[in-house]
Amino acid sequence: MEFSSPVLNYTLLSPMLILLGGAIIGVLVEAFMSKALRPFTQLSVTLGSLVLALVQVWRIRNEQSLSAAMGSVVIDGPAVLMQASILIISLISVLLIADAEHFTPLAAALPGSDEERHAMQSGNQVTEVYPLTLFAVAGMMLFPVSSDLITLFVALEVLSLPLYLMAGLSRRRRLASQEAALKYFLLGAFSSAFFLFGAAFLYGYSSSITFTGIRNAVVGGGGNDVFLLIGIAFLSVGLLFKVGAVPFHAWSPDVYQGAPTPVTAFMAAATKVAAFGAMLRIYYTVFANAQWSWSPMLTIIAIITMVFGSLVAIAQRDVKRMLAYSSIAHAGFLLTGVIALNKAGLEASLFYLFAYGITTVGAFAIVTLVRDSAGEVTDLNRWKGLGKRSPWVAIAFATFLLSFAGIPLTSGFIGKFSIFSAAYESGARSVVIAGVLSSAIAAFFYIRVIVLMFFTDPVEDGTSVEIPSSLTSITVIFSIIVTIALGVFPAPVLNFISNLATFIR
Amino acid sequence: MNSLVLLMLLPIIGSIAVAATPKTKEVLSKQVALATSVIVAIATIAMAMNFQRDNVDLQFVEKYSWIPTFGINFSVGVDGLALVLILMSTILAPIVVLSGWNEAHGGRWSVKTFYILILVLETMMIGVFAATDVFLFYVIFEAMLIPVYFLIGGYGTGERSAAAVKFLIYSLFGGLLMLASIIALYVMSGAQGGHTFDLQALSQLEMSSTTQNFLFLGFFIAFAIKAPLWPLHTWLPDAAASATPGTSVLLLGVLDKVGTFGMIRYCLTLFPEASKTFTPLIMVLAVISIVYGAILAIGQKDLKRLIAFTSISHFGFITMGIFAMTSQGHSGATLYMFNHGFSTAALFIVGGWMIARRGSSTIADFGGLQRVTPVMAWSFFLAGMSSLALPGLSSFVSEFLVLVGTFTRYPVHAVIATFGIVLAALYILIPVQKALHGPTTPSNEGLSDLNLREKVAIAPVMAIIIALGFYPSPLLNVINPASAHVIAQMGFTDPAPTNGDK
Repeated sequence: MEFSSPVLNYTLLSPMLILLGGAIIGVLVEAFMSKALRPFTQLSVTLGSLVLALVQVWRIRNEQSLSAAMGSVVIDGPAVLMQASILIISLISVLLIADAEHFTPLAAALPGSDEERHAMQSGNQVTEVYPLTLFAVAGMMLFPVSSDLITLFVALEVLSLPLYLMAGLSRRRRLASQEAALKYFLLGAFSSAFFLFGAAFLYGYSSSITFTGIRNAVVGGGGNDVFLLIGIAFLSVGLLFKVGAVPFHAWSPDVYQGAPTPVTAFMAAATKVAAFGAMLRIYYTVFANAQWSWSPMLTIIAIITMVFGSLVAIAQRDVKRMLAYSSIAHAGFLLTGVIALNKAGLEASLFYLFAYGITTVGAFAIVTLVRDSAGEVTDLNRWKGLGKRSPWVAIAFATFLLSFAGIPLTSGFIGKFSIFSAAYESGARSVVIAGVLSSAIAAFFYIRVIVLMFFTDPVEDGTSVEIPSSLTSITVIFSIIVTIALGVFPAPVLNFISNLATFIR
Repeated sequence: MNSLVLLMLLPIIGSIAVAATPKTKEVLSKQVALATSVIVAIATIAMAMNFQRDNVDLQFVEKYSWIPTFGINFSVGVDGLALVLILMSTILAPIVVLSGWNEAHGGRWSVKTFYILILVLETMMIGVFAATDVFLFYVIFEAMLIPVYFLIGGYGTGERSAAAVKFLIYSLFGGLLMLASIIALYVMSGAQGGHTFDLQALSQLEMSSTTQNFLFLGFFIAFAIKAPLWPLHTWLPDAAASATPGTSVLLLGVLDKVGTFGMIRYCLTLFPEASKTFTPLIMVLAVISIVYGAILAIGQKDLKRLIAFTSISHFGFITMGIFAMTSQGHSGATLYMFNHGFSTAALFIVGGWMIARRGSSTIADFGGLQRVTPVMAWSFFLAGMSSLALPGLSSFVSEFLVLVGTFTRYPVHAVIATFGIVLAALYILIPVQKALHGPTTPSNEGLSDLNLREKVAIAPVMAIIIALGFYPSPLLNVINPASAHVIAQMGFTDPAPTNGDK
């Protein structure tokens, strides 16, 4: 047997390599640097790698290649757009993660133990979170550009494992945080198993693990369709779990609530881009010719997801849980972009993912600011009168909510309009009607929060709004600017996306 | 200066100027807001002078590319209908600012914020009537809910936040139905020669009658909520009762007109066939609104709610005039929109002063105001007479035209609607009698009459009501060609007047 050395296109892989390199440096920093120097060093290394990776993505924006890594990685326009979105969202999330106030001083200590107290007093910080973030970002970058099932699975695990850990790092309510981590891990493991099961069937169907091979088998026909159907079904379960679509959403409210808020922001925004990126690539290229088999299923799931998410969100009393259900509803809206299966649908999805991701990070950034002596206040009843206490913070949050609700002049409206019109164009009218109706339901609970903030008087219960640190301010201001700019003048971004949004096969 | 875009920019510039005034100098904020709105009103009147009355094409057309990816343009232009409504909006704005000089003081937020919201709203009011791109129209249609929402919820009285939410949810729901229709139009335009939102291009689309019916309903329900038409009216009395008088003037006088304006501009133009299909149903709803609004108005104990219900009756008349599909009916409906703006403004403004002085909005609390505050009492009387369409006042002309226009095609509807006029006499004369006449009840004795500012504010309203009552032709000359054009486009000809011996 003869081995030939692999041919790698380092330029095209460089964004991911930079991140992995940064992550390894981060691990070395943890091992060899003194505690006092770590926070600043880690933050610099992380931000530096992200910025470098973003620059590198910009430089390869017009490249196209199916063989960046021996046919396992594909770089094309959508890949560049997804990677850039992930990097920008990660950058502003890292600025939130930099606030050590949200993280436990010692993750391994039992909640309430002497050890933990000691760590707290000595001013310990879990700077491990930075390399974990970088590993997760690298996984997310790889996920939507993978072009065989093995690489796809590896990317899925690389992005998921650090997130499981990060979900358990909350400083307050340690038990809830650990429960969230465990829940996320167990359900994630289940979904990975489903994913692998589906991958095995697809291999059985096409005798190939590469996307090109499976696609050719689908186009050529003649294989055993039962294998194909089972393969698609189980692979979809794995992907739908990651995006939090009903009925695979059960983890998300608990994890969103239990995880440290900066991690929730990162997870909610960046994971969605990565997972939808992979979904778009798989359904638009690999399974495009088998549309008959998955389109009805995804249509039903999309409708259930948006209606369920919007309805259940109404009953929430906790701002993080409310945002979790709202993100479930948005997963439903995004699925309409997958169902559309046309160029407009791809463009709309890419725009929506970016706009939604930025708005989500901004909204969670505001959540980190509302606190009392015991940490963040997420009970919505205690957000009463926020508009009086700190009008600017309340106005910012209201803007994000209006964008979620899809009110014109915010990015959310352009996103919704473009994704619904793409779905309508492809003939998926039922999804559009369900989408419009659930938008109406969703508007109700977003508005209720605005009412709480602006139209009710504050209750004196020790809730206060933290003066945002300069890093958090950057995140909030950036998110506000993007949310409004994409709502008022979306043309440049839409053009940019339109020029790049073609999958190569 | 014949630029609608510049006209839209003026209030925005004014609102920035208001924002720049120091928080402590509330009077300065008010003065800046007043100056801005007066300038806008003068500019609009100047533009209206340059309007070519006999030209039925859109005028003052401007078009800028906005989102080329979706074929969306920032395009504006006016015909007679839109011009009249813009004129009404910009004349009402300074009156609202001046008459409600102190109404922002009871709010949750600063006085400054109130005027910023009013001026931003004014920009949108101009834009919503001037837009000739359906997407632009929709954006403004939805976005203008936000300032109104904060005006009601932040500066109103009573159950203000509940009323604001009710208003917003109703409107958003209607708006989303319209969005679904707009998406469908957009997609169809893509299949028939390129994506566009241009109103003119969209009206040329070929579509099956089923599609047309569904899309029509998407638009019509949104407009019927806005207008509001029975049975979608329930948000209005609450909103009007909670809002400040100035906000109510803008809400009922201008925003609700977007509903009736939209019926003509969008429902009839885009879906002529579906409009004809649904006409019988809509005519019935309109007649129900007329009678229902009037009967409920009679039963109201609260002055603001009473005015709100009279408006529901009046919007029934306007809708009836629109869907009668005769040129008199159309001209009457358009003139009615203009006149209703001023007669309702007069009622709300004077009623608001009465309520502010008395500290109560219950009609039974007033009594014998004519003796203590003659100017205020006579103003309210005149406003009431205009509302019940007394001959010689502006509303009479429009109501008469609507009834004549309807009778030629729908005699039964017109006859039933005429009862609305009788009921109108009741709902106006009862509060007039209770509040103004009779012996002055003790707690009303110390009330002060209108001061100079208030007189200056109400004078133009009264002048317009009386002047247009005697001499409506300046406006009708603008409206008639536009109305005739719409009717002709719909393929209707006016039925010949019938005489007794037919």
